[in-house]
Parts: sequence; C-alpha cells; structure tokens
Amino acid sequence: MEKILSRNINVPDSQSLDVYIKRGGYDALKKALSLPSEKVISIVAESGLRGRGGAGFPAGMKWKLLPADRTAARYLICNADEGEPGTFKDRQIIELDPHLLIEGMTIAAYAIGACRGFIYIRGEYDWIARVLVRALREAEDKGFSGVDILNSGHQFCIDVFRGAGSYICGEETALIESLEGKAGRPRLKPPFPAAFGLYGQPTVVQNVATLASIPFIINMGPDVFKSFGKPRSYGTMLFGICGHVNKSGVYEYPMGTSLKKLIYEVAGGIKDNKKLKAVIPGGLSAPILKADEIDIEMDFDSLIAAGSILGTGGIIVLDEDVSIPFVAQKAARFFAHESCGQCTPCREGTSMLKLLIDRIAAAEGSLADIEQVLRLCRYIKGSTLCAMGDAAAFSVGTMVKKFREEFEALVK
Amino acid sequence: MDNKAKRHIIKLVSRFPSKESALLPALALLQKKYGYIAEDDLVELSEIMNLPEARVFSTASFYSMLSLKKTGRYHIQVCMNVVCSLLNGASLLSYISEKLGIREGEVTPDGLFSLASVECLGSCGYAPAIQINMEHYENISIEKVDGLIEAIKKKER
Ligand SMILES: Cc1cc2nc3c(=O)[nH]c(=O)nc-3n(C[C@H](O)[C@H](O)[C@H](O)COP(=O)(O)O)c2cc1C
Ligand code: SF4
Ligand code: FES
Repeated sequence: MEKILSRNINVPDSQSLDVYIKRGGYDALKKALSLPSEKVISIVAESGLRGRGGAGFPAGMKWKLLPADRTAARYLICNADEGEPGTFKDRQIIELDPHLLIEGMTIAAYAIGACRGFIYIRGEYDWIARVLVRALREAEDKGFSGVDILNSGHQFCIDVFRGAGSYICGEETALIESLEGKAGRPRLKPPFPAAFGLYGQPTVVQNVATLASIPFIINMGPDVFKSFGKPRSYGTMLFGICGHVNKSGVYEYPMGTSLKKLIYEVAGGIKDNKKLKAVIPGGLSAPILKADEIDIEMDFDSLIAAGSILGTGGIIVLDEDVSIPFVAQKAARFFAHESCGQCTPCREGTSMLKLLIDRIAAAEGSLADIEQVLRLCRYIKGSTLCAMGDAAAFSVGTMVKKFREEFEALVK
Repeated sequence: MDNKAKRHIIKLVSRFPSKESALLPALALLQKKYGYIAEDDLVELSEIMNLPEARVFSTASFYSMLSLKKTGRYHIQVCMNVVCSLLNGASLLSYISEKLGIREGEVTPDGLFSLASVECLGSCGYAPAIQINMEHYENISIEKVDGLIEAIKKKER
C-alpha cells in the first residue's frame, strides 16, 4: 500500500533535508505557493481530511471559520502534546520525518495567512524536540521556512515550544493558555480559537498527523487522498498498537481497516498465545471494547456506532489475565491526576471515582460503591467545560458496565 | 539564580510576540539548571519578567515537570499508566524504591536520587518506560535499571 505518513521512515537518514528533498519533499509547498491561498483551503476541504488529534473535526472547515479580514495577526499551532495514554504516533513523524510536518505546517500557514507558528511538544519528548529544532534550522537555511519562503514573499516562522508535563495542555484552549505562560486550564467556548486564540488573535490548532497529511493532498490531489479510507473517514491513520501484542508499534493503514486484522495480522496477535480479553481502541479516553466486539472497522463512524471513539488511534490490547478493575483504577487515577480542577463535576467527580474504584479493587467496597461509580459517571457527563470530564466518565463507566461481574466479584 | 540564567531569561523574553510566553521556558530552564525551582527564584523571575508573583507561582505549581521542592540530582520517574504497569512497570517502581531505600517523593540522603511515578510518557509501544531527568528509557527491565543506576553511582563517586 502507498503510504502517506510513513513513506520516508525506513529510508536511511530520513530526518535530513537532503533525503527529504530527494524523495520529492517540499514539492507540495512549491505547488501550494503557486496557487491562491483560498484554492489551497478548498483542496484541503475537498479532501475531507479530519483531525487526527482525537476529535476528528474537518481541517478545511476549521480554516474556513477564520475571520475574512486577514490584516490582523493570526497563528497556526501544531499540537504535538501527545499525552493520551496508549498514543505514540505523532512522535514517529517528528522523530523520523520532521520535514513532512514542517512542510505540511508551512502549507497550512500559507493557506490561512499565518506568519507565526508554534509546535507545542510535550516536555518529555526532549530528544524529539531536538530533532525538530535541527530540522527547522535546516529548512530555514534553505528557504523552506522563515521570512521569505522560496522567494515568494511569504513569511512563516516556527518556534518549538516545550510543554512541562500536563495532559490537559493537549486540549487546544488549555494549550493556548499554556503558550501564554499560564496554567493549562481550558477556556470557555465560544469564542473558539478561530475567533479568539493565542494572544486573543485568530488561531488554528492542528494535530501533527493532520498537518503531515497535507503535502500528500496537495501533491496528489484530493481524489487520490479520498481513494484511501472510506466516506467521512478519508485517508490513512497511524495506528499505535500496544499492550499484549507480539509486535507493538506504529502502523499506517487506511481508515476503516479492521481492528481484528490490526491486532492479529499487523501486530502479530496476542502475546504468549493467550486469549484476548478487551481492547481500548483510541487512547485511554476511548470506551473499552470486549473481545467479541473487535470485528469492527477503524473509522470515525464505525467506532461511534460501536459505542466508542476512534480517538487518537492508539490501540491498547489487553489479554485474558488482565483485571479490568485494575485498568479502571489506572484510568481513574490518571483522570483525577490530570483534571485541571476548574469544573466541580470533573475535579470532584474524578477524585471520587478514583476513591471508589481503589476501594473496590482493594476488595473493601460494596455493591453500593459500584452503583455510585455509575451514578457519578452519569453526573459528570455533559456537565463539564472541556471533553475531559466526559472522557473520564465514558472510559471508567464503560469498564464497569461491560465487566461488571469482575467488579462484583471483588465486593462480594 | 546566577547571571547567566538571568541573561538567558531576558533573551527568552524577547523571542516571543508576548513576554508571558517566555514564562514556561524560563521555568523549565531553572528546573533543568537547579533540579527544582526555589521560592527566591520565583520572586526574581517575576521581577525580571514584570509579572505578578502569584501568576508565576500559579504556573510553576501546575506542571508536573516543574518541582518546587528539591529533588535528587537524578530524578527517576517510572511510568505507572495502564500499559507500562501491565508490562511490569509496577514491579519496577517497587524494585527501584527498595534498591535506593526511598519511597515515591523522597530523596536519597546523599541527594543523588529521587523517585516518582508519572503518567504515560508516550512510550506505550515500547513499554515499560522510565525517565531520568530529561532522558527517556524504553523497553526497560530490572537489569537495565540496575545498569543505569550503577552507572550513575560510578560516575558520581
Ligand atoms: C483532554 C484533552 C486532551 C487532548 N490532547 C490532545 C493531544 O495530546 N494532541 C492533539 O493533537 N489533540 C489533543 N486534544 C484535541 C485538541 O483539543 C484539538 O481538538 C486538536 O488538537 C485539533 O487538531 P486536529 O483537528 O488536527 O485533531 C485533546 C483534547 C482533550 C479534550
Ligand atoms: S472538564 Fe476537567 S479538565 Fe476539563 S476544564 Fe473541567 S476540570 Fe478542567
Ligand atoms: S503507559 Fe507508560 S508510556 Fe504510555
């Protein structure tokens, strides 16, 4: 299969600008710069590209939400915070093909009229940030980035900005707050970043893999992009498969690829020939699937129909020996730890969830505690400022609902 | 903080469209240089950047990679999220804890090591993972951890 996001990664020295250019790199940027910026937006819109950061919002549509007046400063931010447990796809792009991201980002910046951009990368990815800084310097030296890109008169300067260990800073408005030197607390929306973003200016935030898909779309045209995947979920996804599989790693497949195939063929099946118990299909926030629910296509709509989400495409595989209450404990602990604390249902709810699940897992709970967990999840849902409250409630609540017998066995 | 750090921070401030954006990089710089952020440095930083102390403190206390308490010169963080703990991260933490004779949140008497658990490090495909200061170690085992700790001890002896 032709690759969109991982075509260069096995080539020696794939990070270097020379290798990237030899393999056709920055041709898409040249092409984009020869088109009117509105045309670039319409090509991306036509491709149906949706965000790869978790929410799946159509990129072209997001760009069209920007105010028509282009005179005020506007910003493009690449979200490389990658904090969702089970997710390790963006780092592959940055580590092994940084110019693909820089090219995609520079095209997007041209399309939306941004002169200044930031790549917000999680602080723990220090060595990857260094790869990126080096690549940016190379790109600037050769005129692919910076003040006068390829003598076109267009300017786009990118800064690498390191986070400092906070999951919630992956949420786009918390990320903006963090870039403004504040604690990462999501903003009330509307206004959306398109109208009021970084420093109050129009801003677009886009995931690494979303931006890295753009050079292909410009080079090959939206129709070729749409020949991958399926309606409403075009293109490919970098699936990160981890946990109890023989060959964990990042694999690029078209949207809509069977989850069963990804686990049993691509990732080599379950470790030690054990049986599968469950799969968390899109990062820890995605509601868990039971072993008999994995005959499913990995695209936005199919997963929603199955009561879960595609999320980040980070697939956590759990074998028959895994205790789901243990997993729920880890999830509850994570969400309680990462809640920014500004909405009561999320702040109090996640710490109550943690307390209750810890008690149940320690075999000190009661049936009433299980009911209380489910009730709490219902209260949290829909009553918080950002999607994290919902994520906590769906993630933990689904584990309890689908594996209730395991929780009950611990309290009886 | 010393003059070099101060100069570096002043330079950082000029790099961004708005000075406040330099706050997190400045805090990270202090963290990296001293292993933690002392209260005096927070006050000094608020003066250099002309930001309210409360603002500087609120940011400094929010992020898990910034520490307001002195940590060991080698701060070991063990990932305890789902994938790592299923693939043996849990016993790694207790092993290291026993080996160094400290619990989570403590520093060894010689000030060399401190220990903490962290949430997902983005290494789930290469689990279990730990981080020592800014270095990331993946597919880690008890043997490898032993090697790392011994190498540090030898270097610092
Ligand atoms: C709690 C939370 C954490 C998030 N973390 C990330 C992240 O680490 N990386 C990311 O790209 N998007 C993350 N998002 C989604 C962003 O808010 C935003 O939708 C995304 O960056 C937009 O880019 P995209 O449309 O290209 O996906 C997170 C959202 C929430 C609610
Ligand atoms: S839902 Fe949670 S993380 Fe999101 S804003 Fe509210 S308290 Fe913060
Ligand atoms: S769970 Fe440990 S690195 Fe993700």
